[in-house]
Amino acid sequence: MVPVSFTFGFCGEELALTPARALYWPRERALLVADLHLEKASFYARHGQMLPPYDSRETLGRLADAVRQFDARRVFTLGDNFHDAEGAARLEPHAAGMLAALTRATDWVWITGNHDHGETMGTALAELDVHGLLLRHEAVAGDMRPELSGHFHPKVRLRLRDRHVARPCAVVSERKLILPAFGALTGGMDAGDPAIIQALQPARAVDALVPTAKKLARLPLWREAA
Amino acid sequence: MLEAADVGKHAMLVADTGAGKTLAGFLPTLAAFCPSRLGGAPPPEGLHTLYVSPLKALAHDVQRNLVTPVEEMGLPIRIETRSGDTPTDRKKRQRARPPHVLLTTPESLSLLLSYEDSFTLFAGLKRVVVDEVHAFATQKRGDLLALALSRLQAIAPGLQRAALSATVADPAGFAAWIAPWGDLDAVALVEGEKGADPEVEILLPDEQRVPWGGHAATWAIPQLYQRIRDNRTTLVFTNTRFLAELVFRHLWDANDDLLPIGIHHGSLSKEARRKVEGAMARGELRALVCTASLDLGVDWGDVDLVVQMGAPKGSSRLLQRIGRANHRLDTPSRALLVPGNRFEFLEATAAMQAVEEGQRDGEAFRPGGLDVLAQHVMACACAAPFQEDELLAEVRSCWPYAGIDQGRFARVLEFVATGGYALRAYDRFRRITRDRHGMWRLTHPEQAHRHRMNAGIIVDSEMLDVRFGNGRSLGKVEERFAASLRPGDTFQFAGLNLEVEQLRDMELVVRASRKGAMIPSYTGLRLPLTTHLADRVRALLVDRAGWARFPDDVREWLEVQDWRSRLPGPDSLLVESFPHAQRHYTVYYTFTGWNANQSLGMLITARMEAMGLLPGGFVANDYSLAVWGLKPVGDPAMLLSPDILTHEFLAWVQDSYLLRRAFREVAVIGGLVERQHPGKRKSGRQVTFSTDLIYDVLRKHEPDHVLLDAAWADARARMTDVERLGDLLDHAAERLEHVVLDYVSPLAVPVLVMLGREAVPQGAVDDELLLEAETLAGTAMRVEGLAEGLEED
Repeated sequence: MVPVSFTFGFCGEELALTPARALYWPRERALLVADLHLEKASFYARHGQMLPPYDSRETLGRLADAVRQFDARRVFTLGDNFHDAEGAARLEPHAAGMLAALTRATDWVWITGNHDHGETMGTALAELDVHGLLLRHEAVAGDMRPELSGHFHPKVRLRLRDRHVARPCAVVSERKLILPAFGALTGGMDAGDPAIIQALQPARAVDALVPTAKKLARLPLWREAA
Repeated sequence: MLEAADVGKHAMLVADTGAGKTLAGFLPTLAAFCPSRLGGAPPPEGLHTLYVSPLKALAHDVQRNLVTPVEEMGLPIRIETRSGDTPTDRKKRQRARPPHVLLTTPESLSLLLSYEDSFTLFAGLKRVVVDEVHAFATQKRGDLLALALSRLQAIAPGLQRAALSATVADPAGFAAWIAPWGDLDAVALVEGEKGADPEVEILLPDEQRVPWGGHAATWAIPQLYQRIRDNRTTLVFTNTRFLAELVFRHLWDANDDLLPIGIHHGSLSKEARRKVEGAMARGELRALVCTASLDLGVDWGDVDLVVQMGAPKGSSRLLQRIGRANHRLDTPSRALLVPGNRFEFLEATAAMQAVEEGQRDGEAFRPGGLDVLAQHVMACACAAPFQEDELLAEVRSCWPYAGIDQGRFARVLEFVATGGYALRAYDRFRRITRDRHGMWRLTHPEQAHRHRMNAGIIVDSEMLDVRFGNGRSLGKVEERFAASLRPGDTFQFAGLNLEVEQLRDMELVVRASRKGAMIPSYTGLRLPLTTHLADRVRALLVDRAGWARFPDDVREWLEVQDWRSRLPGPDSLLVESFPHAQRHYTVYYTFTGWNANQSLGMLITARMEAMGLLPGGFVANDYSLAVWGLKPVGDPAMLLSPDILTHEFLAWVQDSYLLRRAFREVAVIGGLVERQHPGKRKSGRQVTFSTDLIYDVLRKHEPDHVLLDAAWADARARMTDVERLGDLLDHAAERLEHVVLDYVSPLAVPVLVMLGREAVPQGAVDDELLLEAETLAGTAMRVEGLAEGLEED
């Protein structure tokens, strides 16, 4: 069910990160996703850029696939769930139906981020401690508790043998982990960006976790100066 | 020209550079302002003539060359320029009190037409002069201008059009393009005097050895430097920005006399380019290394030698470049071709023959882009409410859109209004709407403001500014290149060695460095070999009698090929197979150009994979494609069946960079995404969305969307090569000549020694590379150190 090639240890827990860009926590049967940015396209349409109105369908469809793939019982969304305050009201009927079905079928918890409002279905919380792992939207540097968060949309960008490779990834230090963005129209920030490294402090090492088709690759990003 | 104007005809003037055609285009205007014609009356007020040029610099240049004669003749004509660089207050004044002659670009004209007062501004317009029409009529900027002309003609029905062109293969095609309603009878085709034939020479190494591989022709630097010393001013053309920087650096290394040598290419900052152009105009430079950025227009009478580094790729382009030298009709221009390798020697020979015979490449006219039409429709809506039928009739009067039907036009309108999605989710966010009287109008005046901020045809790939710490701008590099740099890395740009200090928000801050530097690999434009020139090269290959004129090593190269294998004849498709370095190579001599060969390489390796032939990778040049794998290819015919284009091709193109880039362009031009949000992002005209993500969502949920159609049309037009590939595959079965050899053939060497090999398919390779990076990570502390290590491979 969870291929071992995608699992890794984090603060004594076993977690899995697959190309679906979702984190799965087998012991809790919980799926964690960050930065859905639902209704981002319609937000821009309202301001004159008519982006394809299918991003919520796409995001929720992929989320439903991931729930099915892992047979997850719980879903935690780590903030920036809707792109803006009126997002939930703009959901078109089909996408709204998908979301209603998902929140009914699972134990669904919205962790609310810096611009979240209107998560009407399921439970909404600013932070939540689940068996010693703190779930919040944005990492708090200096907080020593084990923590899972989103917000930064990390991506690795490498030039390898004349090819440019850019992939969404998770960024992890000993006690903190930042998830890749899950939403369909979410761009990315360089995983090695000082803002990300800073958010993961204190740390001895920061790595990128990059899901490939075969397995999870771990690439070093930063090391504490000796 | 005067005759044409007097009988009320439009005109198409075709002439060699240096024949003074720009001035000829203005003759009827000058005549109208002659005291004899005015008969004592004051000169008419208002805009009389509009001059449109593809280059901003050209419009400025023409002002210089036009103002002088006008002043000398004492004509009462006010002449002004208008482009993106014109200050806002002057732009305003120009609309309120227009000059008699306005020099502008297609984009600026289109913007002018988006203002309500355009109807009064152009009401009295008598003439429009389109310069260098051969350079852009067949492109999107040509589409935009054609639409603008149809609108001008509607505002001022008596308007006379004149198009000026360098010598082209198909003057009638351009005459049809300039004619309203494609009415050829309404256009007088004027052919100018022929200039003296150019003198073209191929530079050969002193000891008469032409290299096996490479394009840079750096072997020729000492000889080239000598020529620069012997001439007054030399223009050195290269095919890419990368080569321009490389050649420039080598020339400076050889520059013992410290001759003033400059560099000019499209990535350099406007200030840097203006500075070099100024120095050139004042005759201060002895040589200038440049790219296609100087293919057009600007007149420098003093250039006495034009050098083409590497292969010319097309005879029309070569003639255009040669035309930069010696802008006088009576004396011949002199040009020197410097081949980088043996195939390029053949290509240079073919191009030289084509120039001698005056044969040119044909132009590829194509239907206009729907994205450009969308932009024009929005501009029209900004100017005034319109009737759907009336605008359609107006649009159809120009050649690129003559064939557009009502249904397609309605789709474009709906796209402009709401994005045109089947889901109809955005009806309440409409940009334009149809009122009770059936008129389309803006929903809010703010939409006009947004349109004017974002209109335009040129969509840069994502670029970052390169500047010194003190703020001085050097130019732009591609974001993808910049993203691979870390503080302390050095690279070569604008002819300088630069060290990266910092990469911050859209800026690369650098300082001068003494350290050795790598050279950025600009993806840039890759000029495809024209079909016409490829056919000539093939003819040279089998013309055994003609070999006697070739240098010894080129002749021996062909003789040994003839003896050991075969030569690819004009109607054959030679395929060679041989083992080499424990791999099995197959080389296809297609002569279809780099792009098509690159595509074919992807398709063939995909099919080999499916057939269990364990392909490893491929490398392509303009003439051939070499594919290697762990098993020998017994029968290449299986890999070359035409159905490869239907089966594998579609899947491959949909994920290709080519289509994604085309989508990015149509998304920006069509106004789906904006270049910038009002008030945000001070610098540059950045596209703030990843159009790749939009493309993925759209392709999955609405594959018939009008913008995807537009992107496909673009990709197809850009890949004239795909057609070539189709032709090749259609005839592969009867033309295939498969030769099995024990070891590598002479003809295969140039492609095998090439850099830039491509490993098998996309995604999968990236996965492999990431895993490889991970494996190596144990020995490297930092990811960037690792990436550098791999790059040296």
